Amino acid sequence: MAGQEQQQPQSRDTEVDEDIPAPPPAPAEAQASAATQGVDDLLDEIDGVLESNAEEFVRAFVQKGGQ
Amino acid sequence: MTARPERAPGSALPAGGAMRVMGSETEYGIHAPSAPGANATMMSARVIQAYAQVTRQRAAGGAETRWDYTDEEPLHDARGWTVERTSADPSQLTDQPPVLDAEAIAMAYGRDELDHDGEDESGSLLMNMVLGNGARLYVDHAHPEYSSPEVTNPRDAVAWDAAGDLVVLAAVRRLAADPTLPPINLYKNNTDNKSVSYGSHENYLMPRSVPFGDIVRGLTPFFVSRQIICGAGRVGLGQASSRPGYQISQRADFFEAEVGLETTIRRPIINTRDEPHATADKYRRLHVIIGDANLSQASNYLKFGTTAMVLSLIEAGLAPKVEVHEPVAALQTVSHDTSLSATIRLLDGRRVTALDLQWMYHEAAAKLSQETGVADAVDGDGHTHAVLERWAATLSQLDNDRSAAASSVEWLAKLSLLEGYRQRDGLSWDNARLGLIDLQWADIRPEKGLYHRLLSRDRMQRIVDDQAIARAVAEPPSDTRAYFRGRCVSSFSKDVVGASWDSVIFDVPGYGRLQRVPTREPLRGTEALTGGLFARHHEAAPFLAELLGLGTTPPPG
Repeated sequence: MAGQEQQQPQSRDTEVDEDIPAPPPAPAEAQASAATQGVDDLLDEIDGVLESNAEEFVRAFVQKGGQ
Repeated sequence: MTARPERAPGSALPAGGAMRVMGSETEYGIHAPSAPGANATMMSARVIQAYAQVTRQRAAGGAETRWDYTDEEPLHDARGWTVERTSADPSQLTDQPPVLDAEAIAMAYGRDELDHDGEDESGSLLMNMVLGNGARLYVDHAHPEYSSPEVTNPRDAVAWDAAGDLVVLAAVRRLAADPTLPPINLYKNNTDNKSVSYGSHENYLMPRSVPFGDIVRGLTPFFVSRQIICGAGRVGLGQASSRPGYQISQRADFFEAEVGLETTIRRPIINTRDEPHATADKYRRLHVIIGDANLSQASNYLKFGTTAMVLSLIEAGLAPKVEVHEPVAALQTVSHDTSLSATIRLLDGRRVTALDLQWMYHEAAAKLSQETGVADAVDGDGHTHAVLERWAATLSQLDNDRSAAASSVEWLAKLSLLEGYRQRDGLSWDNARLGLIDLQWADIRPEKGLYHRLLSRDRMQRIVDDQAIARAVAEPPSDTRAYFRGRCVSSFSKDVVGASWDSVIFDVPGYGRLQRVPTREPLRGTEALTGGLFARHHEAAPFLAELLGLGTTPPPG
């Protein structure tokens, strides 16, 4: 699903690429990749914390009514 | 008998800003993964029991006291009438101690349980405690609930609400260490995503002279929109999560009415329960049921701070003159639109976004508090300035720098984590792992709870530091009657046989009968007024004698 959303604007991207010079300068790129690295680390950590068998765990969480 | 715990009147709080007597209530989601189908009320009682055991270890004599139900009035309606008991939903009868059905215990854990476990020393199941920090910990319906002590400002509201998470964490740890019991997980959230919701409530003290209609008119547009700063986020749309997606609020889909007395059925945006737990002709306690339970301190801070300021606007007759067309539908429209671009219709025909509404309230609140002087950075009340600044900064970020808002606004913090997973693993919104992330976000154990994982990486802002929260587990706020209640419980627990929001009951040798000390003024019983009394007396009898003005010895028999 997420993949589909990213692919959609492909043809327009190609056109734009011809007109616009070089991609963003290095510092911004480095920043972005540091941020990506931070997110990757975080997701890796959370992978290790998540309960195993998501489907069953979520299904078994059944509450009685409250206020 | 009557008695006063204080000898000088409590001073009023500065009006017009974010200071106000307030408190929170959190019903925790409860789950024992290794004991599916275990009775929820029984498990909740085990949590209370476990905390009683923890405090027994910590304080000689036990920092636990039973709840006094005398002044509970759950069927009083703020609009001026009382519901007949026979026509009330059973879940509304919160003025009777809940009875834990023996049959339910037997079904959950076997007959043997009835004889030798799950009972306190006096032989009945402990369902209710008053804690040394002035809070109440008890079984509400099928959930453990922590009701914070009364505080006077949003910063303390955050501290004593977060203290509740540590209180129940201590109970969870204790249960996990007992090999004979199934471990219990607690979640600070508001729905199981299978059509059931449970609340986190706020309480605000107001003068009774403010007409209830003004409260309804002034608060409704604010409550429809406030979720954009304090929603906790939810995976799934609709009460039973029947449609995939993500929304801003845990609670929005469970609201079905604009105004009403109920809290468990036909939930209203404005709840009319009129139980002041204080001098009834002077005060009303506004019982707010629409909020999400917040782990994010910044969202929690804004939830209490901005709502307190809007109540100040209503009291001053200066709430923005806006009325939302079909507020229940608007509430859900706002919750379902994470782009924050959806517009809702006002009765005058204008269409506005939730951000527009919040800015209107911010502008009015800033104007009032500047006029009254409480918002001054130096000479103000010490709270309103910070609330206004953070409120404005958060609204600006929501408008044009959402990644910055993700370290403070809870629904955005959760969303950015979920989006990370969606991008990395290509998950659609109906994937069970996203549902698990939503659930586990709210696990109160720091090693398992995803909010806590972000907090430990400094990805979430703090309003109060860990030390202040730890202190709030053990100590009451100094500036409300919760100080008197909490200190009585921690200093004289063997002689305190009951307590409630507006009373403490002593059973002291030498007195012929129980001594019920009313505490009906929320701003009395403070450290300033009673701290000396606690310092002078380490035994209940002389303490009570001086408190009641009887000299230093108990009266004869």
